[in-house]
Amino acid sequence: MSDTAEKPKDIMFAQALNMAMNKAMADDPKVILLGEDIADKEGGGVFKVTAGLSGTFGTDRVRSTPISEQAIVGAAVGAALVGYKPVAEIMLMNFITVAMDQIVNHAAKLRFMSGGQTSVPLTIRTTTGAGTGLGGQHSDMLEAWLAHVPGLKVVAASNPQDAYGLLYSSIMDDNPVIFIENTPGYFVKGPAPTADHTVPLGKASIPREGTDITLIGYGSAISRCHAAADKLAEDGISCEIVDLRTIAPFDEETVLKSVAKTKAAVVVHEAVRSFGTGAEISSRIHEELFSELRAPVGRVGSGYAPVPFSPAIEKAWMFSQDDIEREVHKILG
Amino acid sequence: MASTDMADKAVLVDIFTRADLIMQSDIKFRQMIGAGQLQIVYYPVRGQEVVSSAMMAAVNQDDYLVTIYRGLHDQLAKGIPSKELWAEFAGKVTGTCKGKGGPMHITHPATGVMVTTGIVGSGIPIANGLGLASQLEKDGKVTVCCFGDGATNIGAFHEGLNMAQIWKLPVIFLCQNNLYGEHTHMRDTTGSASIKQRGEGLGLRSVQVNGNDASAMYAAAKEAVEYARAGNGPTLIEAMTFRFHGHLLGDTSHYIPKEEMEQAKKDDPMPILRQQLLDLQISEADIAAIEAKNAAIIDEASKFALESDYPSGDEYRIDVLDVEIAA
Repeated sequence: MSDTAEKPKDIMFAQALNMAMNKAMADDPKVILLGEDIADKEGGGVFKVTAGLSGTFGTDRVRSTPISEQAIVGAAVGAALVGYKPVAEIMLMNFITVAMDQIVNHAAKLRFMSGGQTSVPLTIRTTTGAGTGLGGQHSDMLEAWLAHVPGLKVVAASNPQDAYGLLYSSIMDDNPVIFIENTPGYFVKGPAPTADHTVPLGKASIPREGTDITLIGYGSAISRCHAAADKLAEDGISCEIVDLRTIAPFDEETVLKSVAKTKAAVVVHEAVRSFGTGAEISSRIHEELFSELRAPVGRVGSGYAPVPFSPAIEKAWMFSQDDIEREVHKILG
Repeated sequence: MASTDMADKAVLVDIFTRADLIMQSDIKFRQMIGAGQLQIVYYPVRGQEVVSSAMMAAVNQDDYLVTIYRGLHDQLAKGIPSKELWAEFAGKVTGTCKGKGGPMHITHPATGVMVTTGIVGSGIPIANGLGLASQLEKDGKVTVCCFGDGATNIGAFHEGLNMAQIWKLPVIFLCQNNLYGEHTHMRDTTGSASIKQRGEGLGLRSVQVNGNDASAMYAAAKEAVEYARAGNGPTLIEAMTFRFHGHLLGDTSHYIPKEEMEQAKKDDPMPILRQQLLDLQISEADIAAIEAKNAAIIDEASKFALESDYPSGDEYRIDVLDVEIAA
């Protein structure tokens, strides 16, 4: 092996996801993919995330479907009940609304309602995210809805290595997992994972250590947290970043340990701030660490409005690096 | 509707045995609920016994079933042991689902009962997934998916039947058409003249049959099962039937014209099937023995349900995920 071969090269987020599915399908013949346009004949997915997989594994296992979200998720639920590990692609997160009955009433509950006789080891991959002018029905972050449903796991990666490890773990997990991807983030590069790279579900990471305040986020929030932390460092403020990676159930232990150390926290997400996941995380911190906190936990999220189309309004509406910095200054006085 | 020859004597006895168990169970449930011995919402099945008994007589125990909240007849016909079924209806720990599903969510994989859903039409997409698994496994199983006429107005029906057809899935969509979706007659909710027509519009092999005629229903079921097992794909069976005791127990059926109900009761499939057995030289004593055996099964099952323990309250933390959740 040459030296260059051992250096991790940078790959795009979308490639990491493709590699994870490729490995899962090679490792386990029960892994199948369902979704609109996902086979190569139809282009390997609108964002090419599944490109090449139908060529390798055949169109029996990599099936392009009609535009029928209920039927896609329902078929995945049914196959999961009898031992398959389906990965259903719901192209955009807003389209999940069409399949909510299958997700909420069936995928999430069948294990419980059957008294544990059946389980639904299903993964739903879906992408979303504002900032590219897709307007009100193609960019919503709906993770709080899903995190509120007992029986579902909700996952969002912030970099290609985690995307690879988390998607593989999601597919192999014996519970239904909603795996949220970020549309603008598909083309962001980061170090490539090694083939055996794993990331367990339910475990947060600390990509940046610090002492003054903890920034807690996931998915598209993490790059903005890093940028804000760099800027705040210039003002002598040391930020620790907790990347939740799994939103539900979230790694309370890592969050509480970090905040117990820094005594201050801001929860950051792209989703609308009101009734968002930040409220739950903030509340848990207050319940456990109230007397130790220097100030109430802050929250950064997007405005209470549908995602606007015009770039001028979208920018004003959307959470930003500036919002994080402002919130940190407010908390630390 | 096609007329068919009389089914084999043994087949008719099998169908009658299942149907009588269903009829007697339904009567007993209504009695016990009325007497306050069970506090449950119950969707009576009296009148629809023969449809599911004939359907399930045409499949094997390891074939899959997906059914709905009005599902007692399908579940018993498929072979779920009465004791476990009754205990689940009563919310007891000895029930099929440890009391965590209840009457609307019966699951019993040992007899192929994979899902009972309380959401109209939702079982259809899931049945496709079971069919897809069988197609990929090449295990030769079929999936029977039961629903009512009302379910054909919901999107999942159209999405699901379309997908089953394009993928040639081994699924039998059994629409038990009792003419009423909750309180509303089909003619006021359904734009097509029949459910069969809807199946044809979606490209499926579709048949309409008198579901209350055991021989005709069995023939339609058997044909659909053979068609699916041979890899030809799904069939929609529109089985015409009727329900005698309302959408749910307590509903007086005030929205059904008196004459319509009287006619339906005259066409009650149970005495007709019983008479057919007598006509085939099966003795009154033999039929009475079947009925007595079913009565004993129900007697034992209902006692078992009443006497069993409730599950522990802590049970809510188990089976949410694959690991127990924190208190």
